[in-house]
Amino acid sequence: MSAEAAPLTAAPSAAVAAILGRHRLRAVEALPWLCAGLGFFALPDYLALGSQILIMTLFAMSLDLVLGYAGIVTLGHAAFFGTGAYVAGILALHGWSEPISALAIAGAAAGLLGVATGLIVLRARGLALLMLTLVVAEMLQEAANKLGWLTGGTDGLQGITIAPLLGRFDFDLFGRTAYLYSLAVLLLAWWLVRRIVHSPFGHSLTGLRESAIRMRAIGAPVFRRRLRAYAVSAALAGIAGALLTQTTQFVGLQVLSFELSGTVLVMLVLGGIGRLYGAFIGAPLYMIAQDQLAKQDPVNWLFWIGLLLVLIVFFARGGILGLVDRILMAMGRRCA
Amino acid sequence: MRLDMPASPAAAPALETRGLAKSLGGIPIARGIDFRLETGERRALIGPNGAGKTSFINLVTGHLAPSSGRIWVGGEDVTALPPEARVKRGIGRTFQINTLFAALSVLENVLLPLSERRGIAGRMFRAAAADAGLAEEGWALLERLGLAEDAARPVRELPYGRQRLVEIAIAIALRPKVLLLDEPAAGVPSAEAGIIIETIAGLPRDIAVLIVEHDMDLVFRVARRITVLVQGAVLVEGTPSEIAADPRVRAVYLGEAAAS
Ligand SMILES: Nc1ncnc2c1ncn2[C@@H]1O[C@H](COP(=O)(O)OP(=O)(O)OP(=O)(O)O)[C@@H](O)[C@H]1O
Ligand SMILES: [Mg+2]
Repeated sequence: MSAEAAPLTAAPSAAVAAILGRHRLRAVEALPWLCAGLGFFALPDYLALGSQILIMTLFAMSLDLVLGYAGIVTLGHAAFFGTGAYVAGILALHGWSEPISALAIAGAAAGLLGVATGLIVLRARGLALLMLTLVVAEMLQEAANKLGWLTGGTDGLQGITIAPLLGRFDFDLFGRTAYLYSLAVLLLAWWLVRRIVHSPFGHSLTGLRESAIRMRAIGAPVFRRRLRAYAVSAALAGIAGALLTQTTQFVGLQVLSFELSGTVLVMLVLGGIGRLYGAFIGAPLYMIAQDQLAKQDPVNWLFWIGLLLVLIVFFARGGILGLVDRILMAMGRRCA
Repeated sequence: MRLDMPASPAAAPALETRGLAKSLGGIPIARGIDFRLETGERRALIGPNGAGKTSFINLVTGHLAPSSGRIWVGGEDVTALPPEARVKRGIGRTFQINTLFAALSVLENVLLPLSERRGIAGRMFRAAAADAGLAEEGWALLERLGLAEDAARPVRELPYGRQRLVEIAIAIALRPKVLLLDEPAAGVPSAEAGIIIETIAGLPRDIAVLIVEHDMDLVFRVARRITVLVQGAVLVEGTPSEIAADPRVRAVYLGEAAAS
């Protein structure tokens, strides 16, 4: 075909080259990691908060894969986070205290749950899908509440001990090991998700988000693709939950709560959905704002978060990253 | 069981339906449609609003399941196959109402079907750009349709007429054997409609094309034969002049005009 193709009337433009080269690493993408590294040295008193930020970033990134890329709107992603958290906790309390293998098992368990529930909930669309994801998480929380012998019920799982990381690094009181461990896991997960979103599979997810009908009409196995995205996302969410268990040595019922599902959604929307880095903006911003506002205005801090969200939704569709994009574009136009 | 099964696949029509019927909510929208489209044929499907033209396309692609009847593509019975499997057999389509990947660039809109056709769309761990020749093929296709200058623009920013061209580009990217075009130029200003029709007329000769179109001038520029569908059934089939002279067709259209 190319042999007999007419000579190009126009060379692919710079904009086309940019689309085709999006999988290449750019310098700005080092920014989150520089900040995280800097934080380790500059803010040694805040490493516990830092670990939680990294964990929530991972959780929000997992949500981005289904919500931002595949367009699967879920209000029950805590189901997978919580499953990972409980699996890690139960493993540790039953003598499986090696953290990395436990993390993998927790991720696999959450991924399997993603397949099992996805087979049902992903048959629905729109509001019905939203309700089903919510129901799954609620049912799990109720089950965790009832199965006190396994989950500790409302008391949660306490007295968890985790063996030293790689057999050498104790989970110390200052949270240094926990922080670096969380950072390493986040880095690996980011690398994986980044590969996925720039793969043909990742592109087909954006196609599903834009028009599932058209995807069927071009021969895509729509349900299988959605299910696979859901399972990968669930596994990553489970890993985030397991990290929380291992770094805080505690699991409570709130890891399966609707509140957590909602919070992670808010974080992602704040940062910007479907852009991979929304989680890296939204989760830290939310967590730091929560930490600071809760100190200064413990009664109303949720109001301020809510106000920020409303402003974002009305004035910055696409979240903070969307806003940054538009500012950069406006500046570029003025310079040109 | 068919008794008149063609001896060799080469002789089989690109598309054939027999007794295709479908009711929705008790209302018949297809009533025993027998239809045959030869390899490389250009056929128009016309009929008044609500005649069932779009429904017929949806039955052929598998977006609708028939109540009874059978569908063959290249001699193979595809009646039980889901839409994605029929695409693999060579069925391509466009939509009467734009069904595009609106937020994605024009180039990405054609790269998606290209990846599906090449069977690489399920790959998770390799950059899409790494697939040899994929982007080049997409670019060449856009050039052929005069869409190259808009390649990097999000489809939703394009004027309606250009979006209709993207509809066709997505379908052609699949290199279908049977292309079903549902009013490809509807609502497009006549200058741009001309471009769309020329594009269709210039498609490779081995693609069988079925075009649903109301504008008779456009129909005549593409199709040698016309099938008239009325109330879910084939009323008549023939050359444009036969159709134009047919009293039943005139009655249907005149009745339409009188009623509205
Ligand atoms: N999902 C549906 N449920 C019930 N009835 C439907 C559905 N889709 C179409 N119909 C009915 O089926 C009939 C055929 O519709 P169809 O869209 O196939 O007609 P058409 O020939 O494409 O018309 P137009 O020229 O307006 O596009 C119409 O009476 C329509 O109201
Ligand atoms: Mg129609």
